[in-house]
Amino acid sequence: MSDFFQKLQFSHILQIDPRIYQMLSLSCLLIYGIGWLDFEVQPISIFILVSTSLVTQYVCTRLFKLPSLDLRSSFTSSLSLCLLLRTNSLFLMSVTAFITVLSKFVFRWNHKHIFNPTNFSLIAMILFTGQVWVSPGQWGSTAFLVFLIACLGGLVINRASRSDVTYAFLIFYTAMVFGRAVWLGDPLTIPLHQLENGALLLFAFFMISDPKTTPNSRVGRILFALLVTMGAGYVQFILYRTNGLLWSLVFFSCWVPVIDWLLPGEYYEWKKKERSLSRN
Amino acid sequence: MTNRPLLSITLSLILSLTSPLAESFCGFYVAKADAKLFNKASQVVLVRQEDKTVLTMANDFKGDPKEFAVVIPVPTFLEKGQIHIGEKKLIDHLDAYTAPRLVEYYDDNPCQRAIYEAAPASAAPTAGFEMPQRAKKNGHGVTVEAEYTIGEYDILILSAKESDGLEQWLTENGYRIPDGATDVLGSYIKQKMRFFVAKVNLKELSKLGFSYLRPIQVAYDSPKFMLPIRLGTVNADGPQELFIYTITQNGRVETTNYRTLKLPSDTEIPVYIKEDFANFYRAMFDQQVQKEDMEAVFLEYAWDMNWCDPCAADPLTTEELRKLGVFWLDGASDNRNFGGQPLNAFVTRLHVRYTAAKFPQDLVFQETADRNNFQGRYILRHPWTGTDSCPAATEYRKGLQQRYEQEAQQLADLTGWDIDKIRRRMNLLLGEEVAPRPEPKQGWWEKLWKE
Repeated sequence: MSDFFQKLQFSHILQIDPRIYQMLSLSCLLIYGIGWLDFEVQPISIFILVSTSLVTQYVCTRLFKLPSLDLRSSFTSSLSLCLLLRTNSLFLMSVTAFITVLSKFVFRWNHKHIFNPTNFSLIAMILFTGQVWVSPGQWGSTAFLVFLIACLGGLVINRASRSDVTYAFLIFYTAMVFGRAVWLGDPLTIPLHQLENGALLLFAFFMISDPKTTPNSRVGRILFALLVTMGAGYVQFILYRTNGLLWSLVFFSCWVPVIDWLLPGEYYEWKKKERSLSRN
Repeated sequence: MTNRPLLSITLSLILSLTSPLAESFCGFYVAKADAKLFNKASQVVLVRQEDKTVLTMANDFKGDPKEFAVVIPVPTFLEKGQIHIGEKKLIDHLDAYTAPRLVEYYDDNPCQRAIYEAAPASAAPTAGFEMPQRAKKNGHGVTVEAEYTIGEYDILILSAKESDGLEQWLTENGYRIPDGATDVLGSYIKQKMRFFVAKVNLKELSKLGFSYLRPIQVAYDSPKFMLPIRLGTVNADGPQELFIYTITQNGRVETTNYRTLKLPSDTEIPVYIKEDFANFYRAMFDQQVQKEDMEAVFLEYAWDMNWCDPCAADPLTTEELRKLGVFWLDGASDNRNFGGQPLNAFVTRLHVRYTAAKFPQDLVFQETADRNNFQGRYILRHPWTGTDSCPAATEYRKGLQQRYEQEAQQLADLTGWDIDKIRRRMNLLLGEEVAPRPEPKQGWWEKLWKE
């Protein structure tokens, strides 16, 4: 009887919305970043980012007449912003969080968002204000952290059932940096150092994998991962600019409708997932 | 082949903390360390706006000048006008202005002002040129794109097709190439880097009469905001020390492929450190490097060049900044406090200790919009040593012991020094100079029958 009860509990936990896992993972990363990696994130920043995101979600839900208020995605986005966004202006923080959530409502196509909300708002703010930046070096290359993120992220992806895009991206990216190192005759410590980067894994597991923005078909998603990798390489190694991954993702997200048109597939729904899980 | 200068990028420098005692807004600035603090240290100034960069490299090469040679990968071809020989004293001034600093405070008489209020750290807002002989093919796939004598240096700008050829060319021209450099050279060649090769022209040196080698400055346009450190690690025996000063318009600079961490700051430490600041700074830096497993770049100073508080040295003048390569200062005035147009120059000082294993990639930077001021600042608080007697004085004296202990622990944390040794050292000093007078011991009963 107790065995049965345990099984019941475990299966119940597994059925939780994938976004709960995301929230937990991102929260752990934020605590780790502040506690161990000296991220300069003040409590007031977290408060502003989270509260603006939630309020915007509430207002937009009313404005766009959505049937119900769902705060999970916007809360997840606000946690991503806490990890990535750096600015000295509380006002700009608030604006970024506002744009993040608003972009989900404005840039839509065929039941999907065009852009990953965090990706879009970060690039928009970097481009138009000059007062916002992302610190890709902040994670360092501590093996422990890589392990932690990979585990937590892996969990998230499996739940979001779009792990193929993450794996494809990681394979393409690894091939690119190793290929480049071999071509240059660099020691392999260089590509390893480039891969041992928390920012890269955060991008792979939490940003490019967003099921609401990736192409619907598997082939489409693998093609998308390849394009994003090539774009990032172009920005980093040919233009010599930072945040290649973010620029590349925002650029190729615009092409997802074309990929979906060429390679059609079924679009992703959080709720459908919930329903199918509850049926299991 | 008698003349065989050693290939290296030992642009070494002395970190000078020497400066006269200067009174400032809160407390007194003191610093006592006039020795060379770090061995094998180089100093580099990077002035950058948009894609325009002026790079100044200082060296404290101590050997025979004819043995001196540098090979520096540069992103573009350099015209003669893009190379300049700078002044060492400018870098020394920048070093002094940005160096970690000690401040000291003196406690007030607690009987007059019962509560000690710590003053808060304020946080507000050339020489003759020769015409280049361009594009002279020299065999081995190496092209001497230009050849200049500037100041005391003979300079070549090389481009190469293959690292083997470049290595052979350098060897034939009297440069000793360390093992392992070929691969690094090859990597830079494929990344379309040029090679800036300089030797000392002994005739020019004696004509100019300098007893030391002056810093080399180069100005170029390139999106690459980076510093090539790989060649320097090839023949290094042990970790190298590098100070990078950046001067930009918008704000603090950080590395994008390594963590940039702030050096611990604003900590109260025992007063005896005043005599031992150089050792303290070195030990603290060692300890921080060890703590981060030599995987981080440390931020030691980030400040708007218009002011400082406390000032380890005066801010650089407009003229000094221009000489260092700050090219956007038109209209700026040195009378910044008297209605002059303020300078738009933000200085960042980064300090890194690196080896090839821990820092395999060249350093890549980005400028952030962060204009918050930061400085390495360590506080000495001298106790009040008066003899007045009042309840506040009693409280004060009791609190002192706790404060000393806290200071000892903070010092041990920062430096990794043995806490017992620190305590002994403090007691020694306390006994001699600043020991608070012990209150006469009173039994609890003595007040009972006191008449």
